[in-house]
Amino acid sequence: MDKAKRPETKMVPVPSTNLVPERDVDKLPVLEARNLGIEFGGLTALAGFNMAIGRTEIAGLIGPNGAGKTTVFNLLTKVYQPTHGTILLDGRDTNNMTTVQINKAGIARTFQNIRLFSNLSVEDNVKLGLHNNINYGMWNGILRLPAYWKGERRAHEQAMELLSIFDMQDLAGNRAGSLPYGAQRRLEIVRALATKPLLLLLDEPAAGMNPSETAELMENIVKIRDTLQIAIILIEHDMNLVMGICEGICVLNFGKIIAKGTPREIRNNPQVIEAYLGKKKEG
Amino acid sequence: MKIMRKASRSKVITYGLVAIAFIIVQLLISSGNISSSLQGQLVPICAYVVMAVSLNLTVGVLGELSLGHAGFMSVGAFTGVVACISLESIIPFTILRLTVSIIIGAFSAGVAGTLIGIPVLRLEGDYLAIVTLAFGEIIKNITNCLYVGVDKAGLHVNFLTDATSLNLSEGGRVIIDGPMGISGITKLSTFAMGFALIMVTLFIVLNLIDSRSGRAIMALRDNRIAAESVGIHVTKYKLMAFATSAALAGAAGALYAMNYSTIIASKFGFNTSILILVFVVLGGLGNIRGSIIAATVLTILPEMLRQFNNYRMVIYAIVLVLIMLATNDDNLKGFLSNLRNRLLPSNLRKGKKGAENG
Repeated sequence: MDKAKRPETKMVPVPSTNLVPERDVDKLPVLEARNLGIEFGGLTALAGFNMAIGRTEIAGLIGPNGAGKTTVFNLLTKVYQPTHGTILLDGRDTNNMTTVQINKAGIARTFQNIRLFSNLSVEDNVKLGLHNNINYGMWNGILRLPAYWKGERRAHEQAMELLSIFDMQDLAGNRAGSLPYGAQRRLEIVRALATKPLLLLLDEPAAGMNPSETAELMENIVKIRDTLQIAIILIEHDMNLVMGICEGICVLNFGKIIAKGTPREIRNNPQVIEAYLGKKKEG
Repeated sequence: MKIMRKASRSKVITYGLVAIAFIIVQLLISSGNISSSLQGQLVPICAYVVMAVSLNLTVGVLGELSLGHAGFMSVGAFTGVVACISLESIIPFTILRLTVSIIIGAFSAGVAGTLIGIPVLRLEGDYLAIVTLAFGEIIKNITNCLYVGVDKAGLHVNFLTDATSLNLSEGGRVIIDGPMGISGITKLSTFAMGFALIMVTLFIVLNLIDSRSGRAIMALRDNRIAAESVGIHVTKYKLMAFATSAALAGAAGALYAMNYSTIIASKFGFNTSILILVFVVLGGLGNIRGSIIAATVLTILPEMLRQFNNYRMVIYAIVLVLIMLATNDDNLKGFLSNLRNRLLPSNLRKGKKGAENG
C-alpha cells in the first residue's frame, strides 16, 4: 500500500468542536457521541467520550489492550446502555433504543471474535443481514405464497451482489463455519453491509490476516466507503492499515480519549507514543 | 439457486419416505399381514412422529431445550376431545369433526404455548429447560382438577370442585371428570388421518425452516448476539418457533386422544416429554427425517420386544444406549458417508465439493 498516493484529509470542526473531514462538514454528522461514559459497578470503563463522524469518513479507534475500544462499539450498538452522555445517530437521539432498533436505524457491526451463523450457508448468513429488507411474514413462507418467491429471489440477487464485493459468490453454498479465517471476517463485513447501514463498525477486521490479505482488505474498505457512501469506524492494531486509510483517528487509554487527529498528528503525538511504548526514563 | 434445489430435493425425499411408509402399511393392512397389536400402534406412532418433529423445531432448530412438550400435547388432547364431544350434534360428519377438533386442539395449545412462552423465553439454556418442565407439570395438575360438562346451555367449567357442582341440566354430559379424565370417547382417529397430520406438520415445519422466519430462528440458535446485531427480533422469533411447536403438539395430542376411549391427564407427564426428547435427540437435533424414523422405530420397539416379557424395558434401554453410541461414532459416520458416495451415482451427490472430498 503506497501511503504517499493517498492525500491526507483536512479535518475541520463541526459545531460540537469535534472534527470531521472537510467534505462532510456541510452535512449532519452521521454519528455524534457527547460525553459518553459507562461504569460497571463503580469501575469506569469509559468516560467523557466525544466523537463526531462525517457521513463518508473512515475513522480509526486505537489504543492499547483494555483501553475501552470495544466498549465504545458496545455502547454505540446498545449492547450496553451508557450510564452517561448522549449518542446522536443521524441527528436522532438513540436513548433507550435496543440493539435491534439501532441496527434498523443504521449502525451495523462486526465482532472481534467472529460471530457468524456458522451452521448456516454463506448465502443464508448474508440473507440474514437482509432480514429487515425482505419483508414477508411467517405464513407467506409456510404456504409458499407469491410474496415468498419474490422476497427470496430478491434476497438471492442482493446476497450475490453483496458477496461480489469480496469475490465470494463461489462460496455461497458453503457452510459459514467451514470457511478459512480471513473469509469468515470478510463474510461478517458482507453480512453487516447487507443491513444497509449508514455507519459500519469494524472490530479488528484485519486480525489474523496476512500482509497481502490486509492490503486487499484496505483497498476493499475504501472501495466500500466510496461505492456505498457510508461512514466506517474501525478498531485495529495493525498500524499500517489504520494510518493508511483512516482520516480521523481517536486514541483511547484507560477509558479516556488521549488524542484525536489526522494520522500524521497521531503518529507524532508524545502522549500516544507514551501510551503504546511507555515513558522514557528521565536522565 | 443450487442451494434452493438441494433444500427442495431433501424435502421431496422426506415427504416421499412418509408416503411410501403409509402405502406399505396400507397394503399390509389390506392383505392382513400386520399384527393386531401393531395395528393398534399406528395412530400413536403418527402422533409421536408429529410430537417429535414439532419438538425438533424447539430443540433442534431454535436450540432451546424444552422438557414440557407433553403439556402442550395434553392441552391439545383435552380441548380437542371436549370440542369433539360438544360438536357431536352440530357436525355429524366424523372426519370433518375430527379435523375441526384437531385444529381447535392445535389452536388452544398454540395459545398456551404463546402465553407460557412470553415469560419463559426470557430465560436461556438450563434455566429455560427447568421452567418448561415446571409448566408441563402445572398443565398436568391443572387438568387433573378440571371439571367440564356440556348441556343445552353450552359448556360448564369448574375448577377444584367435583362433577356434581357443574349443575348440568337434564341430558347434560360430564366431559372432563377431574383426575378421572375423559371417558367414553368415540374413537375417531384413523391411520389415514394420522398420515395426513404428519404431512401437514412436515409441510409447515420444513417450509418454515426454509424461509425468512426459519432462517431467523436458526440464527438465534447459532449466535444470538450476532442475530440482534443484524436486526433480528429475538423474542418474536423465539416465540414463533415455540408457539408453532406447541400448536403442532396440540394437534398430535388431539389425534392421540381420539384413538382411545379414555384419556387421563397423568398420561401427558414428564415421562412422555422425555420420551419425545429421546426421539429428537436420537434422530439428530435439527434433523426432521431422523425424528420421524426415531419416533417410529422407538414406538414399535417395545412391542417387538414383548417376547422378552419382564426384561422388555431393560433391553429397550440397552438398545437405546447402543443406538446413541452408534449414531455418535465418527468412524461409523465416515464409513456410511463413504458407502453412500460409492453407491450413489455422482450426479446424485451433494455437489462437486463433496465428490472431491469423498
